[in-house]
Amino acid sequence: MRNDITRRDALALGLSAAAIAATGAPANAQSAIKAADIAAPKLPIEKGATLRMLRPVRFVQADEDVFRANAAKFTKETGVEVKVDFVGWEDINQQTAVTSNSGAGPDIIIGFSDAPHIYIDKLVELTDVADYLGKRYGGWLNLAKAYGRKSKSDSWIGLPFGATAGPLIYRKSVLKSVGFDKAPDDPAGFLDLCRKLQKAGKPAGFALGNAVGDGNGFADWMMWSHNSSLLDEDGNVTINSKETIAALNYVKELYPTFIAGTPSWNDVSNNRAYSSQEIGLTANGVSLYFSLKNDPALAAIAEDSEHQLLPKFFAPISPMSGLTLNAMVFKHSPYPNAAKAFLLFMLEKDQYEPWLNANSGYWSQPLAAYADSAVWKGDPKVAIFKDTMTSTYYAGYKGPISTATGAVRADYVTVQMFAAVATGASTPEAAAAETEQRCKRYFRRQR
Amino acid sequence: MSVTTLPPLALARRQPSLLVRLFDTKPFLIVMCLAPAIGLLAVFLTYPLGLGIWLAFTDTTIGRRGVFVGFENFQYLLTDPLWWNAVFYSVIYTAIATFGKFALGFWLALLLNNHFPFKSLLRAIILLPWIVPTVLSALAFWWIYDPQFSIISYLLVDVLHWRSSNVDFLGSPWPARFSLIAANIWRGIPFVAISLLAGLQTISPSLYEAAMLDGASAWQRFRYITFPMMMPILAIVMTFSIIFTFTDFQLVYAITRGGPVNSTHLLATLAFQRGIAGGELGEGAAIAVSMIPFLVFATLFSYFGLARRKWQQGESND
Repeated sequence: MRNDITRRDALALGLSAAAIAATGAPANAQSAIKAADIAAPKLPIEKGATLRMLRPVRFVQADEDVFRANAAKFTKETGVEVKVDFVGWEDINQQTAVTSNSGAGPDIIIGFSDAPHIYIDKLVELTDVADYLGKRYGGWLNLAKAYGRKSKSDSWIGLPFGATAGPLIYRKSVLKSVGFDKAPDDPAGFLDLCRKLQKAGKPAGFALGNAVGDGNGFADWMMWSHNSSLLDEDGNVTINSKETIAALNYVKELYPTFIAGTPSWNDVSNNRAYSSQEIGLTANGVSLYFSLKNDPALAAIAEDSEHQLLPKFFAPISPMSGLTLNAMVFKHSPYPNAAKAFLLFMLEKDQYEPWLNANSGYWSQPLAAYADSAVWKGDPKVAIFKDTMTSTYYAGYKGPISTATGAVRADYVTVQMFAAVATGASTPEAAAAETEQRCKRYFRRQR
Repeated sequence: MSVTTLPPLALARRQPSLLVRLFDTKPFLIVMCLAPAIGLLAVFLTYPLGLGIWLAFTDTTIGRRGVFVGFENFQYLLTDPLWWNAVFYSVIYTAIATFGKFALGFWLALLLNNHFPFKSLLRAIILLPWIVPTVLSALAFWWIYDPQFSIISYLLVDVLHWRSSNVDFLGSPWPARFSLIAANIWRGIPFVAISLLAGLQTISPSLYEAAMLDGASAWQRFRYITFPMMMPILAIVMTFSIIFTFTDFQLVYAITRGGPVNSTHLLATLAFQRGIAGGELGEGAAIAVSMIPFLVFATLFSYFGLARRKWQQGESND
């Protein structure tokens, strides 16, 4: 058994070394990343330590290869064996819940965004590691602070590894044909664009169905761009506000310009409609652009596509959040120092920079200094994702992140509010009131 | 010889060993034979059901042990428009889909009961929708109903030019509801048809011969022989069908996830959505438990409404 694992690991290492050579991202290329000279926290690694970790599966093969190669490097330098398992995105939350409840299983889990806030009692504080990394690499970015730290405190419970956002993606030629160079930043202008797109037969399409990523992305954009929010800073439900009503009224006007069927869209629907040239404008992660670019038959569409930050309307900045990879160390781990040392090692530039580059823009950095990475100097259409984590918006904005903020998203509460008004099933006032009831139910134990 | 050997034999017969006597005791045998079955039922049926009912009275969430809250979950559900919505659609879904399945399934069974070439092959093919895993057929229907890439829209718009825009199957409440019911009927017909076919073949041909001698028409033979004789099996198949339909999950979850705007949530999908996705295990369990009265009612209805009557055994009705 043991032999098997070592042999397989050795094989994986060989493969990933080859992959690194092929992608042209060697670990020690002349790096542009500035790192301050800071003394690393003392983390005496426990004797005989081994680590097991889970993380979500890769977007691109190079992600997994470089990640495994980095872990192997850690093993070589410290003698701590690290077993990394890649888990499907839908399963990671359940596996985290089981790990946390049973107090057994992996030492480290990289989950999504709010996960450390849900299992806060079961986690090792990572403040020393986070402070060191923050000072060394130009500071943690806003989104990293929102998801990494306990709310209203400076102690860290998660170490963000990167985020991915869903900006607008549109066909340049189509927008040009209706007289626009880019999507306008004001609501009236954006509505005008959508109306003209519809007349031109290449309408806009945004998911109003039960789609975890795209549906919530659109609902959040509409709420935040009208300065409405789910919660206030203290965690009171503030969804039933005149700002929300304004957002709902706006969507009521906007919805008729969409392609038919968006209330039944799930996360892949807009990708398909955009790829088959049914729509000229939508919002999606970078995966859509890459799937077009990498398919010879569709490369022309990618060539004609452009990303743009979500129009801000009334908000001070583009109200776009990002799905964040967030690493946690569990208290049940017998080797907390080894686990912290491993995460610290993975976020140091010798390891993190090649990994960030290998992801070709799917993930963007949580630490300011990594903005100089080579990946952002490549395809200009991908460079827009560079600043994803500077956003001040996060899921559950602007309250404290909790189990309930995640549950409200998973239960599509705000998505359904917009869909109900868009389809005429309820009035804006009724929809906002009903949503307030549903939210209060979810947040009843949070206060 | 017989004198010397008989007494010990007789003695042995009169006084068997304790073990043998134990295995001859009826109560002991009953307990022994039932134990495995009861054990299995307790572990795999009673425990999950009991746990589900217990959870319904707590406020357990994923990641947090709950406390007993009495009927709080149920009180909330009564004020929750989404729950009422799910009850409404579950009842409509079950009623229309069951009616459709039985009308078409019975008809198909009558057709299959005739003599024609490749009879067994055709009967096997008929079963396909029932055999295919539901999630697969649900995915097929998801494509059929896709707002942009539906084959039905393609035929109507691009081939026949009967419409100028795609059919919006799942984008608004009522079309979405009926689309799902249609998919459920398609999937349920084979079960009904094959079960009823088995029933049809138990009806003695002599009844039909006698009726024909009396000059009964085809409709009269169906109305006064086939239908009454099928009553008992109809009752059983209908009970099963109602239970399967009312508790359906996969079809709805794979095609609409309860959308648009929750209009197609069945109680089962709503329970999953709240309990697992939303993390409110207690409330999800309460929704699941709230299905029990409906199922009991449906079962009693088909049992008492359609059960075996005395005249079917040649006696008169009470």
